[in-house]
Amino acid sequence: MASTVHNGAPGGVWGLLNRYALILLAIVILVVLPLSLGIFRLGLLAKYLSFAFCAVGIVLIWGYGGILSLGQGVFFGLGSYMMAMFLKLERAAEADSSTSALSTFFGQAGLPDFMSWNSVEALPWWWEPFHHVWFTIAAIVILPPLLAFILAYVNFRRRVGEVYFSIITLSLSAIMAIVIIGQQGYTGGINGITDFKTFMGIDLDQDRAKVVMYYITAVLLIVCVLVGQFIVRSRLGKVLVAIRDREDRVRFSGYDPALFKAFIFAVAALFSSIGGAMFTMQIGLASPSLVGIVPSIEMVIYAAVGGRLSLIGAVYGAMLVGYAKTFFSENFVQYWLYLIGALFVVVVMFLPGGLASLMDKLRPGKKSENGAMSAAVKELKPEAR
Amino acid sequence: MEILSVTDLTVSFDGFKAVDSLSLRVDKDELRCVIGPNGAGKTTLLDMICGKTKPSHGSVKFKNLDLTDMIEYQITRAGVGRKFQTPSTYEDLTVYENLEISYPGNRGVFGSLFFKRTSQISDKIDAVAQQIFLKDSLDTKAGLLSHGQKQWLEIGMLLMQDPELLLLDEPVAGMSAREREQTAEMLNSISKGRSTVVIEHDMAFVRMIAHKVTVLHQGKLLAEGSMDQVQNDERVIEVYLGH
Amino acid sequence: MTLDMLAMQAFTGLSVFTILMLMALGLAIVFGLMGVINMAHGELMAMGAYATYGTAVLFETYFPGYMDMYFIVGIVLAFCVTFVFGFLLERGLIQFLYKRPLDTMLATWGLSLILQQIYRQFINAKEVEVPTVSWLQGAWQATETVSFPLSRIFIIGLAVVTGIAVYLLLYKTRWGLRIRAVTQNRPISGAVGINTTKVDAFTFALGCGLAGIAGSSFTMLASTGPVTGQAYIVDTFIVVVFGGVESLLGTISSAFIIGQMQSWFEYSLSGSMARASILLLVIVVLYFRPNGLFATKVRR
Repeated sequence: MASTVHNGAPGGVWGLLNRYALILLAIVILVVLPLSLGIFRLGLLAKYLSFAFCAVGIVLIWGYGGILSLGQGVFFGLGSYMMAMFLKLERAAEADSSTSALSTFFGQAGLPDFMSWNSVEALPWWWEPFHHVWFTIAAIVILPPLLAFILAYVNFRRRVGEVYFSIITLSLSAIMAIVIIGQQGYTGGINGITDFKTFMGIDLDQDRAKVVMYYITAVLLIVCVLVGQFIVRSRLGKVLVAIRDREDRVRFSGYDPALFKAFIFAVAALFSSIGGAMFTMQIGLASPSLVGIVPSIEMVIYAAVGGRLSLIGAVYGAMLVGYAKTFFSENFVQYWLYLIGALFVVVVMFLPGGLASLMDKLRPGKKSENGAMSAAVKELKPEAR
Repeated sequence: MEILSVTDLTVSFDGFKAVDSLSLRVDKDELRCVIGPNGAGKTTLLDMICGKTKPSHGSVKFKNLDLTDMIEYQITRAGVGRKFQTPSTYEDLTVYENLEISYPGNRGVFGSLFFKRTSQISDKIDAVAQQIFLKDSLDTKAGLLSHGQKQWLEIGMLLMQDPELLLLDEPVAGMSAREREQTAEMLNSISKGRSTVVIEHDMAFVRMIAHKVTVLHQGKLLAEGSMDQVQNDERVIEVYLGH
Repeated sequence: MTLDMLAMQAFTGLSVFTILMLMALGLAIVFGLMGVINMAHGELMAMGAYATYGTAVLFETYFPGYMDMYFIVGIVLAFCVTFVFGFLLERGLIQFLYKRPLDTMLATWGLSLILQQIYRQFINAKEVEVPTVSWLQGAWQATETVSFPLSRIFIIGLAVVTGIAVYLLLYKTRWGLRIRAVTQNRPISGAVGINTTKVDAFTFALGCGLAGIAGSSFTMLASTGPVTGQAYIVDTFIVVVFGGVESLLGTISSAFIIGQMQSWFEYSLSGSMARASILLLVIVVLYFRPNGLFATKVRR
């Protein structure tokens, strides 16, 4: 007797929309938006999309894993700075060939400008490998997830509580920003690392390069969402949800919760790192202002607005909030903080499932994946005591 | 053949000895019932076997494996299945998914990432669902089941793991008389080929299933033997069963 | 390093400790009882500081003759303002999120952003300073080369007094008994007739009030700006996580240790590496004591 299909597949128009939500998103960010925005606005969109990487990761660890990381800026920053180091070294080497004999005389050949300004005389050993593109890319993809895994595993193995862990991530991002700013000879300090020109010889300032980079970013983002969906729909995803809701019980089903949580935390770190690298390539800057507490927590709101259980929602959330931020910064600077502060309070109190759960409410009755989500989110509704 | 060997097991919480120098042996194919008044240490005993609580003294050996220093998921993988006093199923997952997640194997990260629902697994799920009387509720969310059904589901989740030692904490608590009968039937069939330890308060139920009975009182072993022996034991009557 | 510098170094560490201690105490009491972390705790400290500043301005304008008294009034006002605000905050926001500590962190973070902007817009975007009252000006010449500023001695004293007051409240009054009961066992406390809702509201308000006093003390050390609160919050969290929330003494000791470590590390390493090292240390300690250094309930 074969079993019937047991995965709650949705039906009807909404089901279609749901199943093709990813395709819809792809069309939006690969076709609709690039065609309708000028190069400047496209650059802004690229910025929002690079934050979307973090938001997608946050959906995985927070919505599905129950881990609230207030420090994704750390991993975003690592990816960002590592890419910056590569680009800066390329710039310094190239500048060297055209500028004065003086710098060569003083043995500062190929040294990034901010180092010379800070009387750093030789390139620190840990900068050296970033001369090579293959090392840089490998480092961006390996180092942050590795660190994330170790940090998470060590903590969760010892059953550090969820609040304590959040505070640890928060502190990490604060400290990383402080260290970057403090060690300005090695990191460019508060101004960050900037003034790049080329990536492997390709001029980054050219419009064409910007468009290509945009598409690469968008495609990578879609890939990340796909990976996220694969994870969520797999057994690992179900185990994560079980861990989120009943961690103790899961142990008795024979799973090691620390391993699973550390894994998903590492995945989110990977996504954030890629986002950071793409950010630096397109915006031409690596800065401590994207590493600390404020930006890290802001990334959470992107996921919250989209819906903490919705990977695709996270992308829309990042775009929406990012757009709002730009808009307000241009027109009503002082109201931005009120808006985002209110957003935090309102979304948490009244819309814990984000926009995705709103979409769900409009759906006529059929149970589906998102229906499952709103059921899961139902228990998040605020209750007075 | 001895499956479970508890020796001199002791644990104290803030000075209070919940379990005091308890020794116990359970054989293969045996269904042992552990009874005793509330606070006797029955649940704590199970807690220590399955790794939820660490004993301060003594040891727990399972088929020559020393469980005392192992942690929960390791003990589970070694073949020990625990059912809790209050049903703990995964409320948001369906009955089918609850059983599936309990399938042993692919419990590592990559194993579960690439886990495929093979026919072998779905056949097993169907078989277990049959045993626990939930064949028709496979698509229901666990949270929506009745109390008795949740108990059965939890037993089913254990069965999926194919444990050699089953630890059941009050499996019929809150069940109707008919459900109790059904559960007794269920337990009698699933305990074949395994060792089972059941904590219970319902003496009629215990009589239906027990091969041997252990009575605990204030953390210590009070009496042990067949149901008849125990029911007629003076100390047991005084402390627990009444006249 | 000479003995004199040692003494001055230790003293500076001590004054940093007092602010940290008051903040951590307020946070720990709330976290221990309700399991929530108030991310706007720093802004409450700033609120206390601003309240003190406001008192100074008030006195300067209307009671210039009584300027010497303003500071004491300022401290009391700081406590009252933050206490009331905390009470309203608990009733208006926190109580709806009590089973969701992570969401509480997010919501209170939003609140902290709003408060920061309110300070920026309605008080002053730049930092403000308070005048030091005449009886706190100058320093105590302990020896020829060692002097301790009076203002710092005062705030250390204030912290000690507050600490003792909190201890007495928690261990010698009925209210304190209720708080401790609910912290240890909420359902049973409710069952024996303790109004847990009231306890939560009062305790939360108390935690905020302590932040207010910390803010008042802070005005003696530096000027206050909209982002002052944020600067202290990470350290406060680290103290609470490091020490655990099981005992008052644990929190106080933790604040002392972290405060001293910061002073000493900053002396030998650069400022930024000092903070990094301390955080690393905390993570290592958590590995061995996941509930904090002074927690007794170690799992398994």
